Amino acid sequence: MTQIDTLIAGATPAAREAPPLPKGRWLGAYFGTPGNALITILCLGTIFALTKLAIGWLFVNATFSGLPADCKATSGACWPFLSAKMRYIFFGFYPFEEQWRPLAAMLLFLGACVVSMVPKVWGRGLLLAWIAIILPVLYVLMAGGYFGLSVVPTTQWGGLPLSFMLSFIGLACALPLGIALALARASSLPAIRILGVGFIEIVRGVPLISILFMATVMLPLFMPDGITIDKLLRAQVAIILFAAAYIAEIVRGGLQAVPKGQVEAGHSLGLHYWQIMRKIVLPQALKKVIPPLVSLFIGFFQDTTLVTIVGLLDFLDTVRTAMRDPEWQGIAVLEGYVFAAVVYFLFSALMGAYSRFLERYFRTTHD
Amino acid sequence: MPLFNDARVRAYLYQAVAIGTVLLVAWVMFSTASANLAKQDIATGFGFLARQAGFVITETAIAYEPTDTIGRAILVGIANTVKVALLAAVFGTVLGLLVGIGRLSHNPVLSRLMLAYVEALRNVPLLLYLLLWYSLIISAFPPVKQAIEMLPGVFLSNSGLVMPALRFESGFAALVAAAIVGGIAAIAVARVLGRRRVATGKEAPIGLYAPLAFLLPLALVALFADIAVSWDVPELGRFRLSGGYHLRPEFVALLLGLTLSVSANVAEIVRAGIQAVSKGQWEAATALGLSRGRTLKLVILPQALRIIIPPLTNTYLTVFKNSSLAIAIGYPDLVMVSNTIMNQTGQAIEAIAIFMGVYLGLSILISLVMNWYNAQVALRER
Repeated sequence: MTQIDTLIAGATPAAREAPPLPKGRWLGAYFGTPGNALITILCLGTIFALTKLAIGWLFVNATFSGLPADCKATSGACWPFLSAKMRYIFFGFYPFEEQWRPLAAMLLFLGACVVSMVPKVWGRGLLLAWIAIILPVLYVLMAGGYFGLSVVPTTQWGGLPLSFMLSFIGLACALPLGIALALARASSLPAIRILGVGFIEIVRGVPLISILFMATVMLPLFMPDGITIDKLLRAQVAIILFAAAYIAEIVRGGLQAVPKGQVEAGHSLGLHYWQIMRKIVLPQALKKVIPPLVSLFIGFFQDTTLVTIVGLLDFLDTVRTAMRDPEWQGIAVLEGYVFAAVVYFLFSALMGAYSRFLERYFRTTHD
Repeated sequence: MPLFNDARVRAYLYQAVAIGTVLLVAWVMFSTASANLAKQDIATGFGFLARQAGFVITETAIAYEPTDTIGRAILVGIANTVKVALLAAVFGTVLGLLVGIGRLSHNPVLSRLMLAYVEALRNVPLLLYLLLWYSLIISAFPPVKQAIEMLPGVFLSNSGLVMPALRFESGFAALVAAAIVGGIAAIAVARVLGRRRVATGKEAPIGLYAPLAFLLPLALVALFADIAVSWDVPELGRFRLSGGYHLRPEFVALLLGLTLSVSANVAEIVRAGIQAVSKGQWEAATALGLSRGRTLKLVILPQALRIIIPPLTNTYLTVFKNSSLAIAIGYPDLVMVSNTIMNQTGQAIEAIAIFMGVYLGLSILISLVMNWYNAQVALRER
């Protein structure tokens, strides 16, 4: 940078910001030039048309109460469908009288997640609380068998709790595996590196659906006689393996961002490989990749919908089967999907906001 | 010194253990699998590829009859996958470029609208959108019996859009050859004229000459070659339409869903890429008297392209893999065809191995092409 550049950059910070808007700050931005005015009008027209369409479908032409036959008479949304099918959509075939259990489990899970989202409470204690208290309680609530709760087999699990479980446990188990894979890929031992690269690239090169197929169709063929693994567990393993490969690539980025001097300093202190990784490299690398990991989590939360294709009753599948109920078939064709879209949007958008918060948090408190 | 404390010995030991474990697991799986297959009386090997398929594929990007072999059916699946992924990538990139530029507009209404578009697409699972578009198409249009005849021979119903198709009796190859020659000629003309403008400053209407260079060979072939065409007009039967070109709702829903998902990703990538170009470039271009549009086209985008290419590669790989969601709405892509074959022959391992191999191979191909393109636009530092 020349001296003049420095002078310009230093002397007039305002010049580096956006140029002033033409002709009055407010109206200028919307109607400054003929072209701009046209854009504004077109956009407002689009927004107006979409809003009108949505309000018309959701409220004006909608049916708010009654039977399937009442919905057939109107062209708008069919609210009775949602109220009639709500419990099935959320909990699937879980025994009807016992559905307070998945509800309690879901609330406990979401509450625990909200608390865990605060960076101040992160630490060994939180991890222990999850492993020793929260997860066992969640499992007992869902599966039963203790404290007088009746046993509910996993084949009856379904709906939103199943979607949460697949994505959360998937990512929680994939994280250590992904870190191990990233370390394997960065290893100086050629055989280990090749195994790591091979696994990561093969998994990343094929669609998730093919791995789910493998787990549900192919895996039983590889099992010795008499051993059958639960279908839910097989899908869960597939999601874990898939997620691990993607996490490994993100963690690799973090590992590469740690300066080489850190490893060398560790060597000169006489630490061995695992000590260097655990005490020096990984803490720095993982902190850098927390925001992209949260973004990845949003993607996996959405990707768990693919288990629908191999026949698990996740949230999207309960929505789909609810609409196929003979009583409602052909009447509620969009309602369920729109409702599911709203639910997925809310959770994804919240996690997206959290990811942006983390990015800001780490920028202001550490660098 | 004990042998185990030697770092080199230990390195060999670890690697031997790792390889040994992998081989052991593979061997155990292989032997149990072959025992299980033998017990269930399922054939192994790829012999089934040469057998007759015997099932119908509703949409065929290359010629196929149920009497063809299973191998041919898999090729049809690959062609269908490539077709929908390629179209979605092209349309999605164009749309995403526009949305991404719109996101950065000074007009607050436009930029907010584009933000809403991107957020709405990125926060809802693609599979959900596919199912939504599909049932929207199915429920919005009447059944085949009451198909709307929009124009003579053009029918719109819930089994798709059917229109007359042009069938070449002869001369198709000549036309294709002419189009290729014309394309090369147009690129050459544009390059030569562009270079001359840079060298001499003389403006030449490239926008006129290049299309002319493209059309000339086509016109010559059309005039002198023996081209015979016939119209294949669809007919409305009692339950289905036969003949003509059939645009099916499965294909439209899948293409729409994939295109929108690509466009949202491309929009974010383009926005990030443009924002990464330093502000001084904008100011310099403005100082030279370039308008905002020309600044974007001539100064900003060529620089942003370098940042954009690597994430764009990932987006293309993703859309290619996401096209496998086709199975949920019944578009016969590679996975769905393989699934049919799996159910028919019982040879799950071979079928899954084939389609995973194809996906891997094509993924690597896409990566190679994009890396080559990346090397072309990368900054050449001296």
